[in-house]
Amino acid sequence: MAILLNRVTKSYGSRRVVDDVTTSIDDGSLTVILGPSGSGKSTLLRLIAGLETLDSGTVAIDGQDVTFQDVRDRNIGFCFQHYAPFRHMTVAKNVGFGLKVRKQSRADIDRRVGELLEIVRLSDKANRYPSQLSGGERQRMALARALAIEPRVLLLDEPFGALDAQVRVELRSWLRDFHHRIPVTTIMVTHDQQEAMEVADQLIIMAEGAIQQTGDPRHIYASPSNEFVQGFLGPITNFGGVPVRPHDLEIRGANAPGEHAVVTAIQNFGFEVRVDLRTEHDTSCWVQLSTREAETLSLSVGDAVTVSVRHEPALMI
Amino acid sequence: MALALSDHSSIVTITPPPSRRRRFVVSKIGRIGGISLIATYLSIIVVIPVTALVLHGIGFGISTNGAGPALWRWSWHLSPMVFIHALQLPGAVHAIGLSLWLSLLVAFINCVMGLAIAWVLVRDEFPGKRILDGFIDLPFALPTIVAGVVFVFLYGPASPLHVDLFETWIGLMVALLFVTIPFSVRAVQPVLEHLDRADEEAALTLGAGPVRRYLTVVLPSLAPAALAGFGLAFARAIGEFGSIALISGGVARTTPGSAYVFMLTGSFQWAQAAAVSTALLLLSLVVLITSSVASRRISKRLGS
Repeated sequence: MAILLNRVTKSYGSRRVVDDVTTSIDDGSLTVILGPSGSGKSTLLRLIAGLETLDSGTVAIDGQDVTFQDVRDRNIGFCFQHYAPFRHMTVAKNVGFGLKVRKQSRADIDRRVGELLEIVRLSDKANRYPSQLSGGERQRMALARALAIEPRVLLLDEPFGALDAQVRVELRSWLRDFHHRIPVTTIMVTHDQQEAMEVADQLIIMAEGAIQQTGDPRHIYASPSNEFVQGFLGPITNFGGVPVRPHDLEIRGANAPGEHAVVTAIQNFGFEVRVDLRTEHDTSCWVQLSTREAETLSLSVGDAVTVSVRHEPALMI
Repeated sequence: MALALSDHSSIVTITPPPSRRRRFVVSKIGRIGGISLIATYLSIIVVIPVTALVLHGIGFGISTNGAGPALWRWSWHLSPMVFIHALQLPGAVHAIGLSLWLSLLVAFINCVMGLAIAWVLVRDEFPGKRILDGFIDLPFALPTIVAGVVFVFLYGPASPLHVDLFETWIGLMVALLFVTIPFSVRAVQPVLEHLDRADEEAALTLGAGPVRRYLTVVLPSLAPAALAGFGLAFARAIGEFGSIALISGGVARTTPGSAYVFMLTGSFQWAQAAAVSTALLLLSLVVLITSSVASRRISKRLGS
């Protein structure tokens, strides 16, 4: 267990931002804290880093109680949402900052900075200034800067939040691959469930300052512990009074077993098709089909069909 | 729409419909009108007086030869020797020199103190903070001659504090520090308020202590604003007259440029007064331009 949080609580005024959080984070894992804005996830990350002080509870890293330890002594790599680059320093100087603070020799710093820039693919930008980099490059620079001090834990606060959709997707898979090569215990905070599902080994879902569920992302997706988690992780629709994933429903011909329904709308998103239905009990629900499934069924509005829950619920995205 | 068209008029290849073209023309006329209005205003308020001063200072004059209003009978002459002669007056170089080093010193001290005061006003919470913040603008509001009277009373020969700074450069410096402090504080304060605390937190997580955080993260971000404040404070100090007129005592040793000019006008040496003023103006411009160029270079690098 790399990080242990025990009954961690933090309030701002009368508002409890983090409310009695107890959890553990595995050594070398890539854990994602997922929650809507205002759920206390960023505050929890800052509490682990020591950038905020807790009201009560304890934080331990590698078996050592760090609750009252100064940030500077915690040896933590922290990446901020807007990267917080030192704008008057070159990329190389930024990355070497922590080593310079640690009074390492010039030669050692240069060597280590060179290695890190290689890893984050910024070797050719070493002498540029942050203002000359793209958002994704700045984020990679911030990552290299945080890693330079060989931190015990790497903390990423909404690292891809300020990036374009395409760059975000690229960086996600890059981060996965990167963590595979340098397996430092990493905690990342995000409000984007797709991002969380794609990146995480371990998922912690937070809402209103409290942990809702922790575990393997596939497991949480398949068996959410409460309705909040289910609704937050993916779309749900109401079928026979029960919330289900729209891709766990199946549409078949009018004579097949299941509930009778009429197609009321069809939306084609290219990679998937959304079919809205009105059932015989006059309730509405919707079904998510793959484009190929939709083509096989060749539905049109007004068609009579039957709906039923798939026998083997499809896992994952 | 009209604005967008006028911005890209050279790129747009399609001919806009008549109504749009009319709007485009109207907007262009409107813009030219606006610019002319501003130019006229600035000419009357700033450009003409300054030009007149400088022309006078370098001995430029117009005279008519012979009778008649015909324009070609006018002639102009330039006698730069007036400028050189004025600087050869007893005390002229000393006065300008005193103004220069005193203003540099004052701008520097207040640059440092301004950073410290702005820091306290932005980052610290204490009772009376609002009031202290309001005090910063007081030198703006107070007529400088009033400040001058107060300084002579407080730090003059009859000082109730037994601090006699009458006819000393320290007395002048105290008066100039008072007059220029708002420039130094107000230049950096808004920048400090909008500084992203994450930069400092990043340095903190990397192990940097408070001094290193301030010097390597905060100060470089404030440098452009602080430099701009330095330039303004210097320009204000070199032009200041009211608050120092009394404490300088009218002695040559402690008479800075502005007071020297006042003495020259007292004896109707208009050309010489204009010449010394021109020299002060030049020094002011050099420092202002240098500080603003340096400030812009740094901001550009910071890419804000």
